[in-house]
Amino acid sequence: MNATWSRFNVTSVVLGFAFLYLPIVLLVVFSFNESKLVTVWGGFSTKWYVSLFHNQGLMDATWVTARVGVISATVATVLGTLAALTLTRYTRFRGRILFSGMVFAPLVMPEVITGLSLLLLFVAVGLDRGFLTVTLAHITLTMCFVAVVVQSRLVSFDRSLEEAAMDLGATPVKTFFQITLPVIMPAIVSGWMLAFTLSLDDLVIASFTSGPGATTLPMKIYSQVRLGVTPEINAACTILIAVVAVGVIIASVANKRREVQRQLDEQAAQRG
Amino acid sequence: MSNIAITDAGPSTAAKPLLTRLGAGFVSRLVIIVPYLWLLFFFFIPFIIVFKISLSQSAIAMPPYTPVLDFTDGISGFFAGFRELSFDNYVWLTQDALYFKAYVTSVIIAAVSTILTLLVGFPIAYGMARAPATIRPTLLMLVILPFWTSFLIRVYAWIGILKPEGLLNQLLLSLHIINQPLIILNTYTAIFIGIVYSYLPFMVLPLYSSLEKMDYSLIEAAKDLGCPPTAAFWKITFPLSLPGVIAGCLLVFIPAVGEFVIPDLLGGSQTLMIGKTLWNEFFANRDWPVSSAVAVILLLLLIVPIMLFQQAQARAQEQDK
Repeated sequence: MNATWSRFNVTSVVLGFAFLYLPIVLLVVFSFNESKLVTVWGGFSTKWYVSLFHNQGLMDATWVTARVGVISATVATVLGTLAALTLTRYTRFRGRILFSGMVFAPLVMPEVITGLSLLLLFVAVGLDRGFLTVTLAHITLTMCFVAVVVQSRLVSFDRSLEEAAMDLGATPVKTFFQITLPVIMPAIVSGWMLAFTLSLDDLVIASFTSGPGATTLPMKIYSQVRLGVTPEINAACTILIAVVAVGVIIASVANKRREVQRQLDEQAAQRG
Repeated sequence: MSNIAITDAGPSTAAKPLLTRLGAGFVSRLVIIVPYLWLLFFFFIPFIIVFKISLSQSAIAMPPYTPVLDFTDGISGFFAGFRELSFDNYVWLTQDALYFKAYVTSVIIAAVSTILTLLVGFPIAYGMARAPATIRPTLLMLVILPFWTSFLIRVYAWIGILKPEGLLNQLLLSLHIINQPLIILNTYTAIFIGIVYSYLPFMVLPLYSSLEKMDYSLIEAAKDLGCPPTAAFWKITFPLSLPGVIAGCLLVFIPAVGEFVIPDLLGGSQTLMIGKTLWNEFFANRDWPVSSAVAVILLLLLIVPIMLFQQAQARAQEQDK
């Protein structure tokens, strides 16, 4: 197998990853720059992180973003999982084409369109723009991503496990919670994380749907970037990257541990 | 929702007592109805409202447009409102060359960037697919990881690199490759770089998943039969990776047409893209009806690629089964 991994293959993979990671690495490095100029190295310093924590506007925005992210990701995970179940289990209900269209279209829909249309809906129903409207908008966008992630797990799911449970007298609801849910749990967890980071990340839809008092972190960063690039923004971005990286690592370690445990259980069951 | 009739309520329900079956029917109906209604209300109906408002006039009020289909005066008011519907905003869009240019430029930029992303992404995906099986999951993780970091941050990072006094120019000047700093930021080149960079994982992942499934003994067979490597690539590898190529290209092209953040931060004020035009029309000019009309036309432009994307998704799902 190794013989087929030619020098050309190795080079393209290495160059590709350098292209993907170099900008992020540079951004993190320059957040520790003593100099105010983002592109000239003036020595190591953490002063931008200190000034970041004294920036009340930025802190408020971080708090808003975290709350919107947790609430919207949680609701989106429930709705997205239901949508994934619908897509994989019920293949013949009327209106299914419209339904799958509504699940897949938001994945590629330009954000300006989604943002504008949601705003006009909120205005039409007389909902004041603010925390609630951003959260509703993020639920709508991210539930579709959750649905796709969970669906890919459900497709490879062994239905005979469910049938066995039901033959043994479990109700469909009990079967779902005792058999199906534990098996698709890793996909649900990564769906939640994806929804959370998408919400954390979103600028365009939040700008359309949020109102006074509900400025999110990307909106704050965006308005500061327009005024000029400063190491303080680099510091804010670095913290955001660190939070997400730690989350992803914890999730993948937990996943691996669960997988190992499951294999041990299976071996024990076979022996027993 | 009378149009949701369930005909498939699972395989082994027929043997269950009637009461359980009714309960199961209710639950499975709920499973469908809740996300269905949510998407209908928050995704489908908003488009109808956008279309409706694109036919109204802008007004100095809050909300800043004249009402369309106003039911407050009863049914006669409803018909009176109908007479006030107008296609003025669409006429306006065709009269001002700026909008037409913005649409055309956006489609061209998105198409060129999609091809560039494919050219950059294919060797990466191919290299990953040919990597030893033990390190493939790690490589896959490394492609997905940047996707978890903020889009805005990744675009922002390029400002520091592409600026006239930025890192790229410093490097090239110090190596004496150039004498004058290159002007890249605030040009279309910067937009291309931004799109290729931001959307690269969307291209690599579907490409990788079709290249990984490929049977590489086919290429060896072709080689043994005297087929040169380039011909083998075009006759075997490329056709077999076509589902991945199509999915990747659609995943890049469709959002890129309406992209706002990249042209705004990297393209400066001189570049023209429709997402930016819509944003300015809405936030700067506060003309909601015109921005709705811009959105409707953008959606019409993208409806065919979006349907292609959905079909590709459905087909991939069928294959997985």
